[in-house]
Amino acid sequence: MFKFLVQLGRYYIFLSKVFAKPENKKIYYRQIIFEIIELGVKSIGIVAIISTFMGAVITIQTAYNTENPLLPKYLIGLTARDSLLLEFSSTVVALILAGKIGSSIASNIGTMRVTEQIDALEIMGVNAASYLVLPKIIAVVFFNPFLTLLSIGVGLFGGWMAGILTGIITSQDYIYGIQYAFIPYYIGYSLIKIVCFGFIITTVAAFNGFYVKGGSLEVGQSSTKAVVYSSVLILFFNVVLTQLLLS
Amino acid sequence: MIELKNISKSFPDKLVLDNISMCLEQGKTNLIIGQSGSGKTVLLKCIVGLEEVDKGEIIYDDVIFNHLDFKKKKDIRKKIGMLFQGGALFDSLTVEENVMFPLEMFTNQSVEENLHRANACLKRVNIINANKKFPSEISGGMKKRVAIARAIALQPRFLFCDEPNSGLDPKTSILIDQLIKEITEEYQITTIVNTHDMNSVMEIGDKVIYIFQGKKAWEGSSTDILQSDNKDLNDFIFASNLAKKIKSFYS
Ligand SMILES: Nc1ncnc2c1ncn2[C@@H]1O[C@H](COP(=O)(O)OP(=O)(O)O)[C@@H](O)[C@H]1O
Ligand SMILES: [Mg+2]
Repeated sequence: MFKFLVQLGRYYIFLSKVFAKPENKKIYYRQIIFEIIELGVKSIGIVAIISTFMGAVITIQTAYNTENPLLPKYLIGLTARDSLLLEFSSTVVALILAGKIGSSIASNIGTMRVTEQIDALEIMGVNAASYLVLPKIIAVVFFNPFLTLLSIGVGLFGGWMAGILTGIITSQDYIYGIQYAFIPYYIGYSLIKIVCFGFIITTVAAFNGFYVKGGSLEVGQSSTKAVVYSSVLILFFNVVLTQLLLS
Repeated sequence: MIELKNISKSFPDKLVLDNISMCLEQGKTNLIIGQSGSGKTVLLKCIVGLEEVDKGEIIYDDVIFNHLDFKKKKDIRKKIGMLFQGGALFDSLTVEENVMFPLEMFTNQSVEENLHRANACLKRVNIINANKKFPSEISGGMKKRVAIARAIALQPRFLFCDEPNSGLDPKTSILIDQLIKEITEEYQITTIVNTHDMNSVMEIGDKVIYIFQGKKAWEGSSTDILQSDNKDLNDFIFASNLAKKIKSFYS
C-alpha cells in the first residue's frame, strides 16, 4: 500500500514535468504529427480487423440467444449497435491499444533511458519528459476518437455481413434495428471514455519506460508492466466513468 | 574552468564519492582515471547535474552550479556538450538530424544555416557520406564521432566524455582521443574525459586525476605518472607486463 502511494506520487511528479511549457513549439508540432502517424494511423488496421469480427460475433451470438419467435428480429441489430457503442468500441479497443501502443511507448522510452539518450536530452537542457511524452499524449487523445468511430462503423458492418451471410437476419431488419431507439448520447459517452483511456495508456506506459533502470531485460519488463497496469486501470475507470456518465 | 570542492555522493547501499576536490582547467584535457566501478561515471553525472551531490560545491566559472534553480542550471547546461559511453545518439533520427537536433531546439536559425553548421561539425570529425544513415547502420567508432559532432554543435565551453574509447579498437581509440584533444585546444574548451585506458592517459592527459575507492588518490600530468611512486596508481596504470617494463625503463 505504501509502495502504491509512492508510485502515485512519482506518477504525479512525472505528469507535472510532462505538462511543462514546451521549449520549442515548432519541434513539438513536428513530433505530434509524427506520433499521430506512429500511434494513431498505424493502429487503424488492427482496430478495423478486430471490430469487424467482434461485430460479427455479437450479431451471431445475439441471434442464438434470442431464438424466440416472440422477439422481433430487429433486436439483433439493436443489441449489436448498443454493445459496440457502450463497451466494445471504447473499452475493448482501449485494451487492444494498451497492448499495441502501450508496450511500444514503454519499450521505446525505456530503451532511450538505458542507452542514455534521455540523459543526452537533459544535458542539452531539453525537458525530456515533456519532449518525449507530451506529443504522444496529444496525438493519442486527438486520434483515439477517430479509432472509436471507425470501430463502431466497421463493427456494424461486420454484424450486417455476418447476419446476411448466415441468413439469421435480413438486411432490412438489421438496418431497422441499428436505428431503432438510438440514443446519440451513447456516442458521446464512448468518445469521452476513449479519450480518458488514451490518456491512461500513454501516461502509464511512458511513466514505466521513463524510470527504467538496468538494461534490455528491464526494458522488456517495463513494457509488460505498462500493458498490465494500463489494462487494469482502464477496466477500473470504465466502471467509474460509466457510473458518472450513465447514471 | 570547473572547480569541485569536497563533493560526496552516496547511493542507499554505498558511498561512491568521498570528499573529492579538484580543479579542471580550460583548454586542457582533464582525465579522470580509475578502475571500472570506481565512480567515474557517477562523478561526471554529478558535475553536469544529472545526479545530485550529497554535499560540496560544483563551481563553473565562479558560479556555484549545484545551488542554482532548474532554470539557471539550464542556462549553464546549454554550454555543456557531453559524449556518453555508448554515444547515446537518438536512434529515430539520422546522423545529420542528430547533429542538427540541438541547433533546431535552441537556435532560431534557418534550416539551411543549421544544416550548414551540422555539416561543418560532421566534417570536423571526419564523417562524410553518412548523413542520411541511421545510428544502427554505422560502426561504433563512427557513432562516437557523430556524438562528438553533436556535442560541439552549439560550441560548448565544457565538454564531458565518458569512456570515449570503450569498445573501440586501439587505432580508432587513438583517433578519437586525438580528435578530442584537438577540439579542446582549437576552441579552448574545458574538457573532462573519463577513461581506464592507459593509451589515452599517455596520449592526451594534460592533467590526470586518479580515483581510487571513491577518493582522489593522485593528481598530476601524464609525464609525472612515469615518475610516480604511488603504488595503487602504478598497479592500475602499469598493469600489464609490457607496461611494467616501460615504467622501469623510465624510472
Ligand atoms: N543509480 C545508481 N544507484 C545505485 N548505485 C549506483 C548507481 N549508479 C552507480 N552506482 C554504483 O556506483 C559505483 C560506481 O559506478 P560508476 O560510476 O558507473 O563506475 P565507473 O567508474 O565504471 O564509471 C558502482 O559500484 C555502481 O554500482
Ligand atoms: Mg562508467
